Amino acid sequence: MKVGVLALQGAVAEHIRSIEQAGATGVIVKRVEQLEELDGLIIPGGESTTIGKLMRKYDFIDAVRQFSAQGKPIFGTCAGLIVLAERIEGQDDAHLGLMDMTVARNAFGRQRESFETDLPVKGIEEPIRAVFIRAPLITQVGPEVEVLSTFNGEIVTARQGHLLAASYHPELTDDYRLHQYFLDMIKASANVER
Amino acid sequence: METGTSRVKRGMAEMQKGGVIMDVMNAEQARIAEAAGAVAVMALERVPSDIRAAGGVARMADPTIFEEVVKTVSIPVMAKARIGHYVEAKVLEALGADYIDESEVLTPADEVFHINKKEFTIPFVCGAKDLGEALRRVGEGASMLRTKGEPGTGNIVEAVRHMRHINSQIRKVQNLSKDELYAEAKNLGVSYDLLLEVHESGKLPVVNFAAGGIATPSDAALMMHLGADGVFVGSGIFKSDNPEKFARAIVEATTHYTDYKLIAEVSKNLGTPMKGIEISKLHASERMQDRGW
Repeated sequence: MKVGVLALQGAVAEHIRSIEQAGATGVIVKRVEQLEELDGLIIPGGESTTIGKLMRKYDFIDAVRQFSAQGKPIFGTCAGLIVLAERIEGQDDAHLGLMDMTVARNAFGRQRESFETDLPVKGIEEPIRAVFIRAPLITQVGPEVEVLSTFNGEIVTARQGHLLAASYHPELTDDYRLHQYFLDMIKASANVER
Repeated sequence: METGTSRVKRGMAEMQKGGVIMDVMNAEQARIAEAAGAVAVMALERVPSDIRAAGGVARMADPTIFEEVVKTVSIPVMAKARIGHYVEAKVLEALGADYIDESEVLTPADEVFHINKKEFTIPFVCGAKDLGEALRRVGEGASMLRTKGEPGTGNIVEAVRHMRHINSQIRKVQNLSKDELYAEAKNLGVSYDLLLEVHESGKLPVVNFAAGGIATPSDAALMMHLGADGVFVGSGIFKSDNPEKFARAIVEATTHYTDYKLIAEVSKNLGTPMKGIEISKLHASERMQDRGW
C-alpha cells in the first residue's frame, strides 16, 4: 500500500515516518503525476496559505479533487484540514473544498496558546496524544460528516466517507494509531488491488 | 492540557519546514510576504543591511511595528530580541510573538550568557555557525536553529560555510565510538546527552534553517540542496527592484529546489538583486556572525 504525503511545504518527513511505522510505504509527493501510483494521500501540517497557493500554482487542486472522486482516501492534519474544508471563516475562497464543514483558522490563538493533550477518538480504544499548534477548529459540519472527537466541546477530528481531518498533529508523536486508522480506511476502500 | 512543552515548541518549527520566512518592516511588506507564500514573517524596525549602514546599537523593534504586522497577516509573526536580553524576549512573548529570534543582527546585551529559553512558553530560534554553538543553543532551550551567515551582505558564502561545517561535524560525530563522544562533548563545549542524540540520529535535534546573505532564488535553492530545512530571507526581498515577484520566486525555488528549469523560469527579469558586500571587505567589528558564544 502506497500513501503519499503532499510535500509542497510543512511537516512531511514526520508523516512519512508515521506511515512507515504503521506498515505502509510513504511517498513524498511534489508533482501531480505522482498521484496515480498512490492508494491514499496525506495533506500535512504547515502554513495553509502557503500550501494552498502552491497547490494552485502546480495544478494540485483539480488533480486532488479527481483523486478524491475515485474514492481514494485523503487525510488532512492541521493546515491539511483547512485545505480539505468547504468553508473557511473570514475567507471567501476555500482550497480543495471537499469536506462539508466550516473551519476557523488559528482558533486557539497564537503560539503561546498552543498545547498538547490526551484526546479520545471514536474508533480508537485509548486516547491519543494530540499536539495542537496554532490549530484550527471545525465550527460546523454537514450531515455527511461524522464527528470523531471534540476538545472542550469543539470538533477537532472528523470523517466524511473516505476523507479524514484532524486539527492536531498525530505525526509529531510516536503514537501511530490515527495513521493506522487511515490505513484501515484505505484498505476498506475498493480501490486497493491486493 | 499542557502549553509550552518541548514538543509543542519544536513542532511549531517543524510546520515551517520547506518554507520561507521573510523580514518585513511594516504592514504593507507583511501583506506582500503573505501573498507570496511566506510561512512566517519577521517583524523588524530595520532589515540587517540598514542596521549595518546605520551603525550604533540595534535593539528590539518598536512594539507598534509588531502589532501592525500581527493585525495584517494570519501567518505566524516572529520578532528579534538581543542576545541575552531576557526582558526584550519577555516583552515579545507578552505581545504575542509566535517565535523569538535571539539574534546576532541586533547588538548583544550580554557578552557571556544567552537567554535561558526554557523559561518561555513560546519557542526560540538561534543562529549557529558550528555544531558546538548549535547544541549549546539547544541546551539552553532553542527549538529551531539557523545558520548565521553574514546578515545584510547579500553574500551567501558564510551561510554555505556554516551549513557545510555543521553537516561535516555531524558526520564526524556519527562515526565516533561511544567512549570518544565524551572527549568530543568537552571539545565542543556541549552536553554529552545532546551529542549522543546527534551521534545516534545523524541530525540536529531541531530544525535548521538557512539565514544570512540569501539574495537570489538560486541562493535559496543552494541552501536547501545543502540540507537546510527552509530559509530566512532578510534584506534580499525588500531591497530588490520588484519585491512581490522576487518573494514569489524565492518561495518557488525553495519548494522545488531540485527543479532547475523552474528556478531558471522564476529567476527571469527579477531586476537587480541587492548589491552585496564582499566578506573580506568587512572589518572584524562589522562581522555579525562573531556575536554569540
